[in-house]
Formats: sequence, structure tokens, C-alpha cells
Amino acid sequence: MPDPILKITGVSKSFGALKATNGVTLDLYPGEIHALIGPNGAGKSTLIKQITGEIRQDAGTIAFEGQSIDHLDAADRARIGLARTFQISQIAPDLSALKNVMLAVEARAGRVFRFFRPVSRDLDLTAAAMAFLHDAGLGERATLRAADLSHGERRQLEFAIALAMRPKVFLMDEPMAGLSPDGSKRMTAFLSDLRRTAPILLVEHDMEAVFALADRISVLVYGQVIATGTVAEIRANPEVRTAYLGDEAA
Amino acid sequence: MSRETVLNLAILAGLLAVALTAHLSGEPFLVTLATKAAILGLAGVGLNLALGYGGLVSFGHAAFFGIGGYAAGILASAAQNYEPLMTWPLELPGTTSMPIIWATAVIAAGLVALPIGALSLRTGGVHFIMITLAFAQMIYYFAISWPAYGGEDGLSIYVRNTLGTLDTMDPLTFFLIVFALLLLVLGLTLMATRSRFGLALAMARQNPLRLTSMGVRPFRVRLTAFVLSAMAVALAGALYADLNRFVSPSMLSWHLSGELIVFVILGGVGRPLGPLIGAALYVLLESQLGQLTEYWQLPLGIILLLVVLFARGGVIGLVTGRNANA
Repeated sequence: MPDPILKITGVSKSFGALKATNGVTLDLYPGEIHALIGPNGAGKSTLIKQITGEIRQDAGTIAFEGQSIDHLDAADRARIGLARTFQISQIAPDLSALKNVMLAVEARAGRVFRFFRPVSRDLDLTAAAMAFLHDAGLGERATLRAADLSHGERRQLEFAIALAMRPKVFLMDEPMAGLSPDGSKRMTAFLSDLRRTAPILLVEHDMEAVFALADRISVLVYGQVIATGTVAEIRANPEVRTAYLGDEAA
Repeated sequence: MSRETVLNLAILAGLLAVALTAHLSGEPFLVTLATKAAILGLAGVGLNLALGYGGLVSFGHAAFFGIGGYAAGILASAAQNYEPLMTWPLELPGTTSMPIIWATAVIAAGLVALPIGALSLRTGGVHFIMITLAFAQMIYYFAISWPAYGGEDGLSIYVRNTLGTLDTMDPLTFFLIVFALLLLVLGLTLMATRSRFGLALAMARQNPLRLTSMGVRPFRVRLTAFVLSAMAVALAGALYADLNRFVSPSMLSWHLSGELIVFVILGGVGRPLGPLIGAALYVLLESQLGQLTEYWQLPLGIILLLVVLFARGGVIGLVTGRNANA
């Protein structure tokens, strides 16, 4: 087995008396989708924020490609290849979909502080951004203001931005949230292919999608991982069934 | 050409036409008013880069306007009194050369804006407004209490500064100098806002969390915009000192910071020519209503209220609708 690309060891974070994450150990291997499930308030979002650097952990360590990234801030971690998609689409509403992605392309190239050439005449930048929009299925809506896109299309824009960062790891916080059953199916197919681009740590409530996609599942309850395993192992785990899955998985 | 571009060209042509017709019909006072509108508009264009494009509501840009003014006043008065500007560590003479004065004003303001911005931008929202105000007031009180350059009474420049062989005391010549600089700064601002940097600045305003997750720190983008904005405002300050041939601490006071914000909001936040039309309206109201009543700011207040309530894009937005360049 190859080395994990992302390795989280004993990570904890307390907000006052509340232990949001409590000694979480988790890893992500190249080519896999590792789903993180658990009831509301289990600490899933806190863990994602700790990996992206938005929240600093109180204890434990996070390693990326074998090296600790604890000292890096959120911007640095994004630059070395951790791309995050948000539960609520985070985009610039007044910019066109295309310009949202163009910014991600120029940020990836480290060329943000250029003051003279207008971006609209930068054909390389435009072409690169258009390609990522097409990959995310949003090519025809490129010139629309992001605010004028539908909820599902804004999701696609999130993914175009994430793709444009050419990441080594995707961190996804509930990509299915708010999608129609039809939209969920399309997203499932899209994510299934995406694991070949980069491995995905997937926080998701939609169990149908999780069971269809995940190579491995970890269950987080009260800030602690109570089980990690394949779909079949997790479905069969009695502790997980009482804590979270209930009759749904039966 | 978009509707806004046509309107922008019309505004610039209109200002030029006012100055030229006033000159031809022998009304130098009107030329001076147009010059004042152009200078205040230039300051507004500078503030717009931070406030409109960057979403940074600075209530302290008078500091940079005043620094530009004092740069002009101090250099010119030293030269006119045949005194050296400083004798230690090296002897520097004053100057009446406009380009040197402009460069000094712009660089000095940039150097002051860097630490002010670096400290203020650690905060946001109301705190940012208050901290920028506090810094500007510190500089204001420093100018009042420093006797070497006139203190509270200000500093007079006897003759307007020089640009080559031009007769800068001629109102139309001076207007044209100001107008050319206005066009230059407008062009640079437009270029910057449409560049890669402009895209990052728009994201820093609309969604800093996303910008961070793309690997770019919003702080650096904002600080750059803040410093560039201060430099443009300082250029306007230097021109304003030359227009009035007088510099006083009032150029540094919070009233002026407020007026600059009024220009931007009145004309249209984040619209390239918004601050110019805002400043022109302000100067027009001041000169016309000011003859009738000393309470001319009351109707201005009502107009501003109406703009904020009903025309969020200011005068420009009222005519052209939503911002197409965003």
C-alpha cells in the first residue's frame, strides 16, 4: 500500500467545555474517496476546518505528503494542494462564473499582483478557466453573473474553482446539500470520476451517495472516530448502527 | 461601447467644455470651480479604489490628501524663502517644480499609508472605519501643534508652482494640467481594476473566505489597494494646495474624509467616474446654493439620503443601471 497523502493524528479542538474534535486519527490514500459521516454536531465541519487551517487544533498533528503542515495558514495550505468545497457555495456573486474561475487559475499560478493587462484580453487565462468550467458542466453559463446561477449551478461553479486549483486533495463539505434527487445522481457520477484526479475526503449526510461512492468510511460521534472501514464493514458494525445509522442501513 | 462608457466620456467632455467656454467667455472664476471639481474628483477616484472596489470604508483619507498638500506647501515655501528644506543629515533644497512635488506627495503618502493600512486592516467593519479616523486625527493634531509649518494658521504659497515653461497662474492652463492628471489616474485605476489584481480585489471584497481558500491572503490584496488609493488622493492634495496657494490643517480634518466618501456614494460606489460626478455636484451645490443660504449642506444631505435609499448605484447607477464591469 502506498503512503497516505493526508494523515491526521490525534487532532483535538475544544470550544470552552465542548470538545468538537477529540483525538481524531484519520488518513487519506491516493485514488480513494474516504467518507466522513456522523450525526449533526459530531465535529465533521470542525475537522475539515482544522485540515484547511481555518481553525488551529489544540493538540495533534496533520501531515500532508509526509510532512507536518501545522505551521501553515489557510492560504499556504490551499497553495500546496488542499482544495476545499464549501457546504454553502462560496463565490463572488457580482463576478461572472468565468471570472470566478479565472481568479482560481491565476492564484494557482501565483500571479495575482499584476496590475496592467486586462484579464478579459488574457486569452490563456480565459481558455484555461473555460476548460475547467466545461469539466464541471458549466461551460454554457460562463458569462452569467454567479449570483444569477441556480443553486445547482453554483455547486458546479464551486467544483470548477476547485478543479482550477489543480489540487492534490479535495476536501468536500456536503457537496450534495440542497441538490434535487436528479442533481444528487449527477453529482455522484461526477465525484466517482473525480477520485482519479485527486483523492477526496468527503463529509456527507446523503447515505445513498456515501454508500455508492466511498472506498472507506469513518464514523465520527462526539468528536471521536468510532469506526473506520469499507462500506460493508460499516453497515455491519453494531456500534455504528446504534449511534448513527439506525434502521436506515438495515 | 457600453452605456456607462458613453456616459463616462460625456462627463469628461462636459467638464472640459465647461472650463473652455468659461475661459472663452471671460469667467476665470468658473474655470477655477471646474478645476476644484476635477481635483476633488481625482481624490474621490483614489478613495474609490479602496472604498468602491476594495470595500474598505476608510474614514481617514483626509490624512493622505493633507500629506499631499503639505508636501507641496513645505517644498514650495522652502524654495520661495530660499531656505533649505533640511540641513541634516544632508542638505536638501526646496523646489517649486510640480513633478518633483507630485512625486514627493505620492511617495510620502504611500509610506504613511503602509503602516496605517497594515494596522487598520487587521480589523474590519466599524472598527476599520474608527481606526482609520483615529490615525487621520492624530496627523491632524500633529499639523496643528507643529509651529514650523504654520500650525493652525496654515502655510501660504505665494506663487503657484512651476511645470516647465507653462504659465500655471493662468486658470485654464492649470485646469488642463489637473485634467490631464485626472485622465492619467483614471486610466491607471481602470487598468488596475480590470487586471488580475482587480479580480483578486473584487474577490477580497465579495468573498474573502473563498480568496483565502484559493491560496491568496486577502490582507495583502487589501493593503495594496489601500496604499495605491492613498497615493492617488495625495496627488489630488498637492494639486489642491496649488489651486488655493494655501495649505492648512483643515485639509487633514475628518470633514474632508467625510466629503470624499460623499463624492463616492453620490456618484456611484465602484463606478470609475462616480466620484468625479459626485465631486462636481458637490462643488456646484456649494457654489450655487451657497450664495442663497449658508445652510446649503441641508439640501445636500437630503439628496444624499435619497441616493442611499433609492439609487444605490449613485448618479451613474441611476442612468446606466447595474454595474456591468463588476
